[in-house]
Amino acid sequence: MKADPKAVLTGAHFLDGDHACSEGAIAAGCRFVAGYPITPSTEVVERIAERFPLIGGVFIQMEDEIASSIAIQGAVWAGKKAMTVTSGPGFSLMMEHIGLAAMTETPCVFVDVQRGGPSTGLPTQPAQGDMMQARWGSHGDYGIIALSPNSPQECFDLTIKAFNLSEQYRVPVLFMMDECVGHMTERVIIPPAEEINIFPRRFYEGPRDEYLPFKPDEDLVPKIVKAGDGYKIHVTGLTHDEKGYPVMTAAAQEKLIPRLVNKIKLNAEKIIEYKEDNIDDAEVVVVTYGITSRVAIPAINQARQEGIKVGHLRLIVVWPFPEKRITELAGRIKSFIVPELNQGQIFYEVERNAYGKAPVYLVPHAGGTVHNPKDIYNAIIKSLKGK
Amino acid sequence: MRTEIKIGGFGGQGVILSGYILGRAASIYDNKYATMIQAFGPEARGSACSAQVIVDPNIIDYPYITNPQILVVMSQEAYAKFSSELAPGGILITEEELVNPINLRKDVKHYSIPATRFAEELGKKLVVNIVMIGFMTAVTKLINPEAMRKAVIASVPKGTEDLNLKAFDKGYQYGLNVVSGKSN
Repeated sequence: MKADPKAVLTGAHFLDGDHACSEGAIAAGCRFVAGYPITPSTEVVERIAERFPLIGGVFIQMEDEIASSIAIQGAVWAGKKAMTVTSGPGFSLMMEHIGLAAMTETPCVFVDVQRGGPSTGLPTQPAQGDMMQARWGSHGDYGIIALSPNSPQECFDLTIKAFNLSEQYRVPVLFMMDECVGHMTERVIIPPAEEINIFPRRFYEGPRDEYLPFKPDEDLVPKIVKAGDGYKIHVTGLTHDEKGYPVMTAAAQEKLIPRLVNKIKLNAEKIIEYKEDNIDDAEVVVVTYGITSRVAIPAINQARQEGIKVGHLRLIVVWPFPEKRITELAGRIKSFIVPELNQGQIFYEVERNAYGKAPVYLVPHAGGTVHNPKDIYNAIIKSLKGK
Repeated sequence: MRTEIKIGGFGGQGVILSGYILGRAASIYDNKYATMIQAFGPEARGSACSAQVIVDPNIIDYPYITNPQILVVMSQEAYAKFSSELAPGGILITEEELVNPINLRKDVKHYSIPATRFAEELGKKLVVNIVMIGFMTAVTKLINPEAMRKAVIASVPKGTEDLNLKAFDKGYQYGLNVVSGKSN
């Protein structure tokens, strides 16, 4: 399936990351957005509010983030593609409903333009402090997908990917931007609509009386229908059977919850995306994501110019995490360096998957700006001295 | 080579739009890469505000500017706040009647233009920022002037294209004369 040419602004634009995210959502077919505007994500919904009336979408400014994150799920069950947009404080409020979307397998996108935290923190300045919250923020066990763009172009491209993954796996997808990327303006090429691939919703098309809304296909993902189309459906956050009816037993839990985890876990190799540079001969590998992937480049280049074999592994999909790749690399390199705009989050994931075979060094940052590349360079040098 | 530009002024002078036009000209119409970051916060209205633009023939990694080679200031406060950041030997461009370049650094190349007066003569004080970037285009030669004109046309409100082009050309011509030593 291709994007709707009437809604796609094909051409070369000079856009900030927030606006590019809006255009990506529109190109992906999103036609319902509910949000409670918050810096530094406000420009996303501003543009949506301006563009939606022209293309037949509905934007509602809700009373808060809790309402926003449930309104989008109602829209999805009515047949729309939907997202909500927020920053840290709002993201915290949305956790309950991220769990609901995971439990009810409601495909939707949550955009978090990260700013300094905790609490209201630094509204106008960047951080990457919500990465573990993205993975584990709601209670209970579930699989999740999270992406991390490093430019306005990727805010466009990867928002489309976020929607596609949410439809393919029927899972909430978390789009983890940061203030720097959100407020950075760069060239964004929006391709012709016929070049934009859209993963269509996995609608059930069999006989009505045989439909089971939570009976999984072979890839563990069930087919969906639209509420009001005459199918019997029941959607609940309670543990449920394949009919969707609440069944509060250990057996029903055992049948449902491992599947919610495994539909991501067992498909992880298909979902995972990362970019590697100079990995083949690397003795040190810098693992980055989001804006930090760009800030690390001057440090890596400087070290390489000095003859130090430094490679770069940049996570594009952060969750699920490329566990196998980190383990492979750990067996043959001298060290990992993980710079993040937080006090250590993805660092622990790298360390866990290195199994002690290579030391992992964190380059923390409290947020508010980005790293000085010198700090990343120094960590590369120190790691080779075993410090 | 990476060139860092900072444009400063007070809210309402079109500082952010100037940066936007510059970046758009470079990245859409002049075959270069550009990254713009705007100073964002309560200072965006009335007080000193700034746009930071990086222009580079190659892809831009580090997104912030550290020592701009070009500083354009349209208010005294912006001059006071930002002039120390200018790289050694950098280009300083000031609005002649709004900025008194006190303690002007000896190492910088200084150009000034009465852009507000020119804008008023054109009939709209609002186009002061366009006069400034026309002037900047001439004295820095960083961006192709045709690319700048295209970006001006694409970025200003519909119906104001002619006025803005006139403003751009006024600043540009004044800049060419200043550089070549002709009297204005």
